[in-house]
Amino acid sequence: MYAFDIERPSTIADAVKALSDEDAQALGGGQTLIPTLKQRLAMPATLVSLTGIGEMQGVCIGDNGEVCVGGATNHATVAAETASSYPGLSGLAGNIGDPAVRNRGTVGGSLANNDPSACYPAAALGSGATIITNTRQIAADDYFQGLFETALDEGEVITEVRFPVPEAAHYEKFVQPASRFALVGVFVAKYADGVRVAVTGASENGVFRWTEAEAALAADFSAGALDGLSVPADGMISDLHGSSEYRAHLVKVMTGRAVAAC
Amino acid sequence: MPKDGGIGASTTRREDVRFLTGKGNYTADINTFGQAAAIFVRATVANGVIKSIDTSAAAEMPGVLAIFTGEDFVDVGGNPAGWLINSRDGEPMKEPKRPVLAHGKVRHVGDAYAAVIAETEQQARDAAEEVIADIEELPAIIDMAAALAGDAYVHDEIATNQCFDWGWIEDNRAATDEAIKNAPHVTTLELVNNRLVPNAMEPRASIGTYDAAGDSYLLQTTSQNPHLTRLLISAFVMGIPENKLTVIAPDVGGGFGSKIYHYGEEALVLAAAKKVGRPVKWVADRTESFLTDAHGRDHVTKIELACEKDGTFIAFRTETLANVGAYLSNFSTATPTFLHGTLMAGNYTVPNVYVNLKAVFTNTAPVDAYRGAGRPEATYSIERVIDMAARELGIDPVEIRRKNFIKPEQYPFGTAAGLEYDSGNYDALMDKMEAMVDRKAFEERRKQSEANGKMRGLGINAYVEACGIAPSNLVGVLGSRVGLYDAATVRVNATGNLSVMVGAHSHGQGHETVFPQIVGEMLGIDPQSVDIVHGDTSKIPFGMGTYGSRSLAVCGSAVVRATEKIIAKAKKIAAHMLEAAADDLDFTDGQFTVKGTDKSVGFGDVALKAYIPHEFPIEDIEPGLEETAFYDPANFTYPSGAYACEVEVDPDTGKVTIERFTACDDFGNVMNPMIVSGQVQGGVVQGIGQALLENTTYNADGQLLSASYMDYVMPRADDLPFIAVDHSDGTPCTHNPLGAKGCGEGGAIGSPPTVVNAVIDALQSGGKNVTHIDMPLTPARVWAAMNNA
Amino acid sequence: MASVTMTVNGKSVSGDVEGRTLMSDFLRNDLRLTGTHIGCDTSQCGACVIHVNGEAVKSCTMFAVEADGAEVATIEGQANTDGSLNVIQQAFQDHHGLQCGFCTPGMVMSAAALLKDNPKPTEGEVREYLEGNICRCTGYHNIVKAIMAASGQDVSAVAAE
Repeated sequence: MYAFDIERPSTIADAVKALSDEDAQALGGGQTLIPTLKQRLAMPATLVSLTGIGEMQGVCIGDNGEVCVGGATNHATVAAETASSYPGLSGLAGNIGDPAVRNRGTVGGSLANNDPSACYPAAALGSGATIITNTRQIAADDYFQGLFETALDEGEVITEVRFPVPEAAHYEKFVQPASRFALVGVFVAKYADGVRVAVTGASENGVFRWTEAEAALAADFSAGALDGLSVPADGMISDLHGSSEYRAHLVKVMTGRAVAAC
Repeated sequence: MPKDGGIGASTTRREDVRFLTGKGNYTADINTFGQAAAIFVRATVANGVIKSIDTSAAAEMPGVLAIFTGEDFVDVGGNPAGWLINSRDGEPMKEPKRPVLAHGKVRHVGDAYAAVIAETEQQARDAAEEVIADIEELPAIIDMAAALAGDAYVHDEIATNQCFDWGWIEDNRAATDEAIKNAPHVTTLELVNNRLVPNAMEPRASIGTYDAAGDSYLLQTTSQNPHLTRLLISAFVMGIPENKLTVIAPDVGGGFGSKIYHYGEEALVLAAAKKVGRPVKWVADRTESFLTDAHGRDHVTKIELACEKDGTFIAFRTETLANVGAYLSNFSTATPTFLHGTLMAGNYTVPNVYVNLKAVFTNTAPVDAYRGAGRPEATYSIERVIDMAARELGIDPVEIRRKNFIKPEQYPFGTAAGLEYDSGNYDALMDKMEAMVDRKAFEERRKQSEANGKMRGLGINAYVEACGIAPSNLVGVLGSRVGLYDAATVRVNATGNLSVMVGAHSHGQGHETVFPQIVGEMLGIDPQSVDIVHGDTSKIPFGMGTYGSRSLAVCGSAVVRATEKIIAKAKKIAAHMLEAAADDLDFTDGQFTVKGTDKSVGFGDVALKAYIPHEFPIEDIEPGLEETAFYDPANFTYPSGAYACEVEVDPDTGKVTIERFTACDDFGNVMNPMIVSGQVQGGVVQGIGQALLENTTYNADGQLLSASYMDYVMPRADDLPFIAVDHSDGTPCTHNPLGAKGCGEGGAIGSPPTVVNAVIDALQSGGKNVTHIDMPLTPARVWAAMNNA
Repeated sequence: MASVTMTVNGKSVSGDVEGRTLMSDFLRNDLRLTGTHIGCDTSQCGACVIHVNGEAVKSCTMFAVEADGAEVATIEGQANTDGSLNVIQQAFQDHHGLQCGFCTPGMVMSAAALLKDNPKPTEGEVREYLEGNICRCTGYHNIVKAIMAASGQDVSAVAAE
């Protein structure tokens, strides 16, 4: 690692101020950033740790019944505290990485990084969540903008994520066996006004909604409703662990399993 | 029943206490006053000409003490191959120099061409980025067939990428060809034995220290065999006299072959320590381990099995390309030849065997012995093609093997591949395995799996291997440049407790517990009064180290021989004390007794007498009680096994789940069943890793795509079931005093074909016409095979 | 440099660290607690698992300054106060749950975290919990068995020795 300083603000305002320096970078749980720093692939002058900010911690139920998760809340806490309020989200959070990683990694860190194989983007997009930052509210449909790309501006901090709670939801993950990220992960959520299907791990552009499946499932919420559908392999990731054709195939299989488990 | 703590007891390990409390002493844990840090500057291209290296900016960086490049080592020797292989035409193999640091050319990604020594690791790392090398990238030579066909060379000075073209046994070639030509049935299989990275959990590390007053060196390093490392550095690489170099391998966090070899980093820290006058420490990170530890396997093989219609084997014939990587690692030429071709008759009476193997240089990390070393490759080829032949001929896979097994009454049995097996009972192993598996109930289990939407398969396998490496006379004839005996010194202290110095190094095998079990049993004393000293060339007579499942069979035998000498001398002393003739004494339970009398003296009193030799017959007996033995085995040992694996395959995703695994092994006499079971379970899981998970992938440019645990799939707890093992009632080895056969590698040798046979069985039972899939059988590969079938 | 103070294995310690100083480096280099091991660069192997405020974390993927003020437990503090092995450590010895010993500190610390939350885990729960701890020697068989035994379950029916 190159040398840098670490600041540990205790308020969002102090964090935003510290991040206004152009060589400053936010540090969530660090589970992706620290390995990156070890490879000397990033050279921040200052890391601004967000995990000490009390107002960004914890899970609560919002005025409209949505599950509100503080941006610096770790995966283990989300898994534990949403077990009854949003089991689909709890299941996803409780299966990210491994137990030690879940005790450090944060929802805000995951969404800000937007790794194409990360789990949380599928939950946020699949739930139609709202990403709350220090300056604004961003709908998940507008937030994810491709590989490691998001709507966040420089220095903008995810302070909270609000998940509307569906009637039923399930995340089905086919793990990449080394990294334990998703080779393909599909989050299916059934709301009164429709079904959302969000896919991670598969596309070269990161998380996406499989709209054909959403339409079919809105009409008939059963795995069988997917029978006639297929996912094109074009634009799917191809790597050591699976071809684009294989990933395209898995999208359908995992979607069916997620529906069946709802 | 074994005696408490003696031979055959599942004594818990005494070394565990320090590991369980964080008190292990691994090389990276050692910090010495005044130490400096070394960081290596490594090639980022697979093949390139070093035009220039500018170290001037780096030298000005804070904390930098010295910088080395390949130029600094042109006058010292190279790291040699330990085994000379001659090609079929009699020409000796090609042996390009392997320098301490790359000079002239870099030959694989990770090849070190400079090293920076600085006050701290971070300073060395910062300065390493300022070493400016102008390296002209050349096309990478990666694919073995293309390497042989092309006219660009990894080593220009040898003008070929073929290290050797070996035939085994060349005189049998014509007869084997003829037998195959005339055979009623021939099964042919082309397969890849996938390249693996050993991945001991402790990355390599080395600390060099130089004492100017005595002009002597100390190397603390992650080694499976410190004496061999000393010998290589002294005799070949650095020319440091052996008496001026101490090599210590402290606690070592696993080896699996990768820490047998001497690596350039060890020479570098010694040279650096002398130059900067301070201890110099280097600790690899995991990426360096992936890029530079010797890899394993990497064969491409075509095997043919000729047989009668009733399944009687007539001949095995193979053609193999074996990757040796960019440089010859120390055992790299022995591994694909004499540890592979000689096993190509398997457990069978097959009369004809011929092996052709070409070793190929490529722009990849060196390839050498990894757990099993050649025997897994042989077993995989044989046992996969047998399974395929059985299926083609409609013969049960157990029956076709039984039909061709060497029978118990046929030992010693000289195989068509040139080895003489001393003992075994393969039918008995198969009987035991079938009973443990409850094969009759398998169809019921298969139906249950099918009801759950899964395809279920049962794979079986038989293996035999040659280990307890190795008889020096034999390996000398075959080209080995070293002897492969081992040594032990048994020192009885005056107060009756013992220090036993052994040449084998323990890095997980449990020597500190097992060797005292043997000595305690032989002397009739509490094993807790015996301590083992290992891993330090200044304390131990000599040793060839730990690999090839040799610790017990070879070094353990040396311990037995030295202890026998102790008993013989103690008996003479006791005879003097009891005023009797030595021949009239019995030695039982630690007591020397005059036969037919109640006159006796205990071992402890004899020890004391040896060191306080009052009224001692000094003309006949020297004072003291310490004996050394070197033991050179008369033959390899030949462990064998019958394995079974049951898998479920998910037809929608191709994912394979291991439902059951059963390993029945014959390791001869077993000293500590608990430890042996652990060896088998660990080996089996490494084999499962090879079969289902692990792959080492270079792209066409020679970049290692699987260079971290983000992409190289290590087996994890949730990939596996419990592993059922049995190694009772073995057939003793006939030629070593313990009757023991090596147990370290059988699991890794026997398991890969078992798993693959099971998956093919599952797919066939599910109506998929898939006859072979190359390892690892990842979900993506299985899915692709199913959908192309 | 920043100064940090924390409690490690019940003792208050402090030191001056750089921002980039990893918790594992602080333990190993500053406190000389070398039982916490480094086996990878990517937060996968788990040889460095420690407890921070009672939770298992990978100390190679956390900065020392982030543990300022925390309660930290490492392998060196796990034995009973009389120096004897604790229940988990003893089960690892009794069931041969270690060979080379390098992954062992992380395994023991992960096992302790598991049993705190789940005092009687099933085999499947143990295996799943160990997802972030890699062992190359044992094939995990005896590690899983040891952890189940440490939880007071009868493991005599588990296959083999």
